Amino acid sequence: MPDIVLSNVQKSYGAGSPNAVSDLDLHIRDGEFMCLLGPSGCGKTTTLRMIAGLENLTDGEIRVGEKIVDSPARGAFIGPEKRGMGLVFQSYALWPHLTIERNTDFGLRLRKVPKAEREARVTEVMKALDIEKYRHRYPSQLSGGQQQRVALARMLAVNPGVLLLDEPLSNLDARLRLEMRAELKRIHAAFGTTIVFVTHDQWEAMTLATSIAVMNEGRLQQLGTPNDIYDRPANRFVAEFVGSPPINILETATGHALDRAASHWLAGRLGESAGVGSVGFRPEALQIARSEAAVPGDSFRHAAEVTGILPTGGSWIIELKVDGRALFATTTECPVLKGGERVFVHARPTAMHVFDAAGLRLAGADDTLARAA
Amino acid sequence: MRHGNRRLDVVLILGAVALTLLPWYRIDGGFYGFGWLAGFPLSTEVAPGLVQIAAHGRWWLAGVVLLLLLAGAARGMADPMRRGAALAWLGALGVLFLSLQGLAIGFSGWTWTISESLFGALSDGQPSMGAGAVLSAVVFVLLFSFGLAERGVMKGDAFVVSAISLLVFLVAVFVFYPIGSMFAGSVQDFDGSFNPDGFIRNMQDPGIWSLGCVIGGGRCGVAWRTLWLAIMTGLGSTLLGLAFALVATRTRFPYKKGLRLLTILPIITPPFVIGLALTLLFGRAGVITQGLSELFGIEPGRWLYGLTGIWIAQVLSFTPIAFLVLIGVVEGVSPSMEEASTTLRADRWRTFRRVSLPLMKPGLANAFLIGFIESMADFGNPLVLGGSHGVLSTEIFFAVVGSQNDPSRAAVLAMVLLVFTLSAFLAQRFWLSGKNFATVTGKGDSGAHIALPRGLSIGVHAIVIPWGLFTLVVYGMILVGGFVKTWGLDNSLTLDHYAKAFSISFDGSIAWTGVAWNSFWTTMEIALISAPLTAIVGLLTAYIIVRQKFTGKNVFEFALMMSFAIPGTVIGVSYIMAFNLPPLEMTGSALILIACFVFRNMPVGVRGGIAAMSQLDKSLDEASLTLRAGSFRTIRKVILPLLRPAITAALVYSFVRAITSISAVIFLVSAEYNMATSYIVGLVENGEYGVAIAYSSMLIVVMITVITGFQLLVGDRRLRRENRVAGLAPSRQEKTA
Repeated sequence: MPDIVLSNVQKSYGAGSPNAVSDLDLHIRDGEFMCLLGPSGCGKTTTLRMIAGLENLTDGEIRVGEKIVDSPARGAFIGPEKRGMGLVFQSYALWPHLTIERNTDFGLRLRKVPKAEREARVTEVMKALDIEKYRHRYPSQLSGGQQQRVALARMLAVNPGVLLLDEPLSNLDARLRLEMRAELKRIHAAFGTTIVFVTHDQWEAMTLATSIAVMNEGRLQQLGTPNDIYDRPANRFVAEFVGSPPINILETATGHALDRAASHWLAGRLGESAGVGSVGFRPEALQIARSEAAVPGDSFRHAAEVTGILPTGGSWIIELKVDGRALFATTTECPVLKGGERVFVHARPTAMHVFDAAGLRLAGADDTLARAA
Repeated sequence: MRHGNRRLDVVLILGAVALTLLPWYRIDGGFYGFGWLAGFPLSTEVAPGLVQIAAHGRWWLAGVVLLLLLAGAARGMADPMRRGAALAWLGALGVLFLSLQGLAIGFSGWTWTISESLFGALSDGQPSMGAGAVLSAVVFVLLFSFGLAERGVMKGDAFVVSAISLLVFLVAVFVFYPIGSMFAGSVQDFDGSFNPDGFIRNMQDPGIWSLGCVIGGGRCGVAWRTLWLAIMTGLGSTLLGLAFALVATRTRFPYKKGLRLLTILPIITPPFVIGLALTLLFGRAGVITQGLSELFGIEPGRWLYGLTGIWIAQVLSFTPIAFLVLIGVVEGVSPSMEEASTTLRADRWRTFRRVSLPLMKPGLANAFLIGFIESMADFGNPLVLGGSHGVLSTEIFFAVVGSQNDPSRAAVLAMVLLVFTLSAFLAQRFWLSGKNFATVTGKGDSGAHIALPRGLSIGVHAIVIPWGLFTLVVYGMILVGGFVKTWGLDNSLTLDHYAKAFSISFDGSIAWTGVAWNSFWTTMEIALISAPLTAIVGLLTAYIIVRQKFTGKNVFEFALMMSFAIPGTVIGVSYIMAFNLPPLEMTGSALILIACFVFRNMPVGVRGGIAAMSQLDKSLDEASLTLRAGSFRTIRKVILPLLRPAITAALVYSFVRAITSISAVIFLVSAEYNMATSYIVGLVENGEYGVAIAYSSMLIVVMITVITGFQLLVGDRRLRRENRVAGLAPSRQEKTA
């Protein structure tokens, strides 16, 4: 399957309503496992449906290889039935009046595949997904996880070049979700299919995707590998959306003691006119020292009070307060701290994510801080 | 992108067929008689379009040929956008051209003076459109749709675009064209020239608008009487319906199941039967009238014939409908709201008055408006009981068929009636929409409804029990009436009436000697043809409304629903005014009856379809689309199997309505195609009550049989839920094995 290229895609549901998707450029390469990540209402499902051909673009174009599949300006539109993409719905959308087998071979029958070949193919897919024994059952007789696999099998049976998944794991319990994640990774490896996956669950995105597109309010925020997204968030939205507990953000413009300290510390390293709007550090980068002497010389530091220690099984979240402002740190070593204890929090310069006043990652700040360290 | 070529070729070939192989004009003997094959293709009457142009001087048809040739040329265009635009334009022009030439050129030349002065007089006119003309109209509509589809309208789905265009086309022809020509007819003279005299005279007629009864001088105009009757019927049926609903849900009345049975009665009862039964009870020769006169010497009066009698008959007829609406409303009031009120120390009476009743208000208004519209549209009861005190619907009838034969009067009366019903319909739609307080939510709402306050409970029982008994007696009369010799005079039992209506003799072969058989079989035939058509049109419309988004969808939906509010009498009058002359001539045929049923009953199919389809998750058909099924296949393979209950309902309803309806039918029947209802009305007018009643009860029995049959045939939606328990067992065995 050739690459899928979205150029300057706009989608609006009727004049007057805000755009569901704006100025979206996205290049999905062959064999990629791309995740569209964002809060609900960010336009990710709309994007997926536009790729599938279930929604028209308002403007812009989508190409598959050299072929334009949707472009309002050129009046070109290829319907969903001719795009050769398989979409798996959040609700599975299994037809309740057909057996599992008939659900699965629906697409093959439409293609008039000879009976022997059809049955062989269906059996192969069903075996791969371990649903062969339910062949003659009806969807309502299967559990959620089994239905999920039937929905996948139905799409895989026709061997689509692209598999589009709309939050397919959101209805499953935690254990099944883990199993299905492994299953999807295996399918991706075994069939070499391009997969586009919509989710609001960052862990799902991080663990599955080869690249993640983070979206918010209809706009693409950042496109990159999971590590890129986590380690070099392009803006404050991405930084704050990805990661749990959330990243600690200090705004330089407020009068709070902590913010003033951060502002002063950054000015000393980046210069007064660097245009810093805020700075963030992830909870695992926030370290705790019982005395200031233990803090490495070049680290940012501040006095704080421990207000809570929350065990999460193998790791701990430590809640701290500075003048009423909450900070979170995580650690994998059993903390020896007590509630109410006065401590020093500190973070390495390389762990700092510096953003400008508009919330964009400050170009050059990373290098400067790395050199300073 | 040439995947549109095959369907385009098919349509172009059809266009060629329409011009060369089918008679262009209407065949008098009927198309399906195939008598026209003898004179084909050269004689004037049956010649196809091309021959008409070449040999019979119908040069204007060359426009059709030209447009089709252009469409054929457009097929070769490379750019899909430009080709689409060309096809859409050619299609639209074709439809426009066909309708214009049809309207402009009548039997004897130009019908409009403006065209005559422009093009000069024609030597010969043209008869009505026939198979060729109709097929070419369809071809143009399809060309238009394919053109739009190629331009990417509706995601380029040709099936959906064609379905929408065809539906709009059909509704325009069978709903709006007749109404429009009725308006036009009211301001025309017999020769077709503009002459508003009749219109103005009728508009100012005191017989319609007089307020004499209020001011104290004589009778009120028929418009006010009809309005008054409709309001009283609406109030009466709503109050009774509410009483029944309360008894059925909030009391420990022992025969609740029996009450529910009431709701199916109005569906299977021909509309005039109640009036008929009332005549047998309270008419001058009625059982009760005679009994009272013998026992107490009360003079037999004629009080039944007039608004009072019609009112009683209508309340009897429409109370079950109000009951059906209100039972949903009363059950819809969440018990927890009432429980909240009682825990705040309101007693039962205050809870009912301050909480339950206000919550039911929109439902009550809705029931009232339904009763109002039904009463306005009712034709059967006023016809049987009206006497000289007619209402609008019967006055319209007499203006057309009576001795006065005044089409402009009929049109004016029809307009007045239409204004009343449409206002009620609009009120229902805009004022009540969004005011639904039915508080059934997705949450499991436990708790029980509180019982009615004691006084109210006694009150509703006191209403419900006598009225229920009264209804039983009335329906009993219908069943018994057919077996009684002559009402009032000779009450001995007999089978004569049934024998007269339904006798069969075996003279070697079966001879249907009964007087009723002819109309009975016609009715069955037409009802059986129109039921599936109605279901198809209705469900297709529902699919488009629920599943497709397009500009003008609201207008589309509204226009379709509005045809439901047009009273049958108005439809009847407008059909005979529209389809009696070229360009479309259908009166006296079975076709006009079928068209009338399909477009009158379609809105109910639409509503049922919308309700059923809204419950089907959209992703079910999207999944099928992404698997390369087009929308037609998706409908066939996925949606239809899941819509079985809605299909049954639409089939049964349209079938039954086709059998029981009278108001529009009575205008449209002919000697050849007489329907059961109009035949029965004829019997009543001749005073043959016994046969009429016998025939009516036969119809009721047949309808019950057919409803059951449909139910068994179509069956339930198979979701296999019932197998769930059985299915669990083997899976456990598999696990252990």
